[in-house]
Amino acid sequence: MTSKNPINTAQPEELTGAQILLKALAAEGVEVIFGYPGGQVLPIYDEIYRTKNITHILTRHEQGAVHAADGYARSTGKPGVCLATSGPGATNLVTGIANAYMDSVPIVAITGQVPSALLGRDSFQEADIVGITTPITKYSYLVKDVKDLARVIHEAFHIATTGRPGPVLIDIPKDITTEKTEFIYPPSLELPGYRLKSTVNLEQVNKAAEAIVKAKQPVLFVGGGVISSGASEEIGKLIELTDIPLTYSLMGKGAFPDNREQCLGMLGMHGTAYANYAAYESDLIFGIGVRFDDRVTGRLDTFGTQAKIIHIDIDPAEIGKNVQVDIPLAGDVKKVLQELNKVLENKGYRPAIEPWKQKIAEWKNKYPLKYETVPGVIKPQFVVEQIYAATNGEAYICTEVGQNQMWAAQYYSSLKPRNFITSGGLGTMGFGLPAAMGVQMAHPEAVVFNIAGDGSIQMNSQEFATIVQNKLPINVAILNNHTLGMVRQWQELFFDKHYSHTSMTGQPDFVKLADAYGAVGLRVEKPEDVRPALEEAISSPKAYILDFIIEADEKVYPMVPAGCSINNMLGR
Amino acid sequence: MKHTLAVNVENRPGVLTRIAGLFARRGYNIDSLAVGKTDNPLISRMTIVVDGDDRVIEQVSKQLYKLIDVIKLTDLTTEEYVDREMILIKVNADPAIRGEIMQIVDIFRARIVDIGKNTVIIEATGDESKINAIESALRPFGIKEVVRTGRIAMSRGLKNKNYKS
Repeated sequence: MTSKNPINTAQPEELTGAQILLKALAAEGVEVIFGYPGGQVLPIYDEIYRTKNITHILTRHEQGAVHAADGYARSTGKPGVCLATSGPGATNLVTGIANAYMDSVPIVAITGQVPSALLGRDSFQEADIVGITTPITKYSYLVKDVKDLARVIHEAFHIATTGRPGPVLIDIPKDITTEKTEFIYPPSLELPGYRLKSTVNLEQVNKAAEAIVKAKQPVLFVGGGVISSGASEEIGKLIELTDIPLTYSLMGKGAFPDNREQCLGMLGMHGTAYANYAAYESDLIFGIGVRFDDRVTGRLDTFGTQAKIIHIDIDPAEIGKNVQVDIPLAGDVKKVLQELNKVLENKGYRPAIEPWKQKIAEWKNKYPLKYETVPGVIKPQFVVEQIYAATNGEAYICTEVGQNQMWAAQYYSSLKPRNFITSGGLGTMGFGLPAAMGVQMAHPEAVVFNIAGDGSIQMNSQEFATIVQNKLPINVAILNNHTLGMVRQWQELFFDKHYSHTSMTGQPDFVKLADAYGAVGLRVEKPEDVRPALEEAISSPKAYILDFIIEADEKVYPMVPAGCSINNMLGR
Repeated sequence: MKHTLAVNVENRPGVLTRIAGLFARRGYNIDSLAVGKTDNPLISRMTIVVDGDDRVIEQVSKQLYKLIDVIKLTDLTTEEYVDREMILIKVNADPAIRGEIMQIVDIFRARIVDIGKNTVIIEATGDESKINAIESALRPFGIKEVVRTGRIAMSRGLKNKNYKS
């Protein structure tokens, strides 16, 4: 850089906190920020106004911004960034931060804060967002000195994206954004308490290999950790070497192609009967990047009681948290699997599991995923299958939460990782639509669907405006049963059909709603109109809301009642 | 069983909240928690006494280790260690009975650190059972106020494994 004033060349340029923030974000490779302006972030927005290399997407609610950042992160593996002002802006991020925390998604949430001098005085739009989010972030910062800002941002991205990923929050008082200091991006990080395990315990790997070769009825159980670690290839290799059947948690969907013979689909409450039977009768459950969530294990004291359990997880605290583990393997899934595959290959280990495969094939045959077809009635499962067929399984599928989510998980075959975007741990209604915005921003050419229920879609439907403003060709498939379907299902099965407050009357006309926002709305009431509607939406560059009218009594089956063993299924 | 954990943490704002919050939201019961700086001003040392079976303690340790501010964690219970607690007790002490109180103080090798018109403040250090004993020995005189530090602890000897005596 040349300067007219030779004295200034020796003196590095002083920048404001807002300028430092934008420069640091650019240094971290951030391309898009989802945010919403407000009083305490005005200096940051003024800097965004001047910045060319980072796109800012104005959502209509901060919750939309954080879910969009989340969707962006899940579909790319890169950290998602969102920005909100202090007080209500910051607290509106809370659900999205908790959502990302539960599913280990790397996001960096930046919040404005009242000026340092006003901190702690219950000032206008002040909220202790660091205090509020401490239990739901991997780490959080309140920046008290502009000199710390660059370091904090550098640390935040490092913490969010390494080890077990997760959300990090940076709270920046307004005065910090206007004060000036020299911009030095720290080349190294000083985090003595943040240890990343880089080695693999080969002794344990050998034990695991020996257990695998001895197993008669083994099952692989993969989770979101396989996807975030980028270990799908290693899973493929493991299957090639051992032929062990595989099941997955909701977060693990896409880690291994659904259309492969060894894939048993999802495990747990709404898992397939054959996956549940396989896990229940297994003599070796090999958990890989999965945390044995209660939605999967069902009643814990009956889960895998006859099985040896091997567990790989990057977070040692997950090992032994819910189930007793026989062979713990703490470490990055990809690295551990590479070592394990080496051992299996070199020693020619291959378990003898023909009878087991036979047994599973019989279960598959006897208890397939199924639904009844009724002439003239649209079945939600059929809609999901048709979305798969119309997109050759290449679409990005986002989901809301509830029946729509479970039908999507059961009937959409995921063929590659990061294509199935859903709120697993927290189960956040209203997640899918904004997440789809993040996905579409990251993949402008891709076909993106949000599979929704009529309840969930109304939780963040304001984001249709963001979608239309940014010309995002997102397709929303509402499986409209005019009820809060999953809650109604529980009421029918376990609460004597007391349908307490699950009927959604007074809904908007979704076709008109689409029209009001400048999107296209289609109501679909006959099975034969499903495919043409999907084709039209996919081929159009406009955003579409497809309102599929389905019947209220359709249920998600199989279902393991809460607190039961997973071999105990309704409607299998 | 009670476990005594020695936890070295980065001396950053909010670190106590993070630790205490972790215990609270995961339902682990803290018996006592004492914090202070170490010889390195960037590092604080916490002594945490927590009650639980081996599985609970393992989870507590793993979850604590996960916190980015936690540098080192040792479960002292599994090794030789010394632990101390300090107490300040203000008891009723009319001049007539001060002699008796002073005898008790002597027996426990404690100290009187303040004398008021009708009260004295006694300082004592020791392990938990000694502190409990002095507290109950003084109770008959009428305790006005008690403050205890909670346990601090340190492992015995040199921890360097290559050390040969």
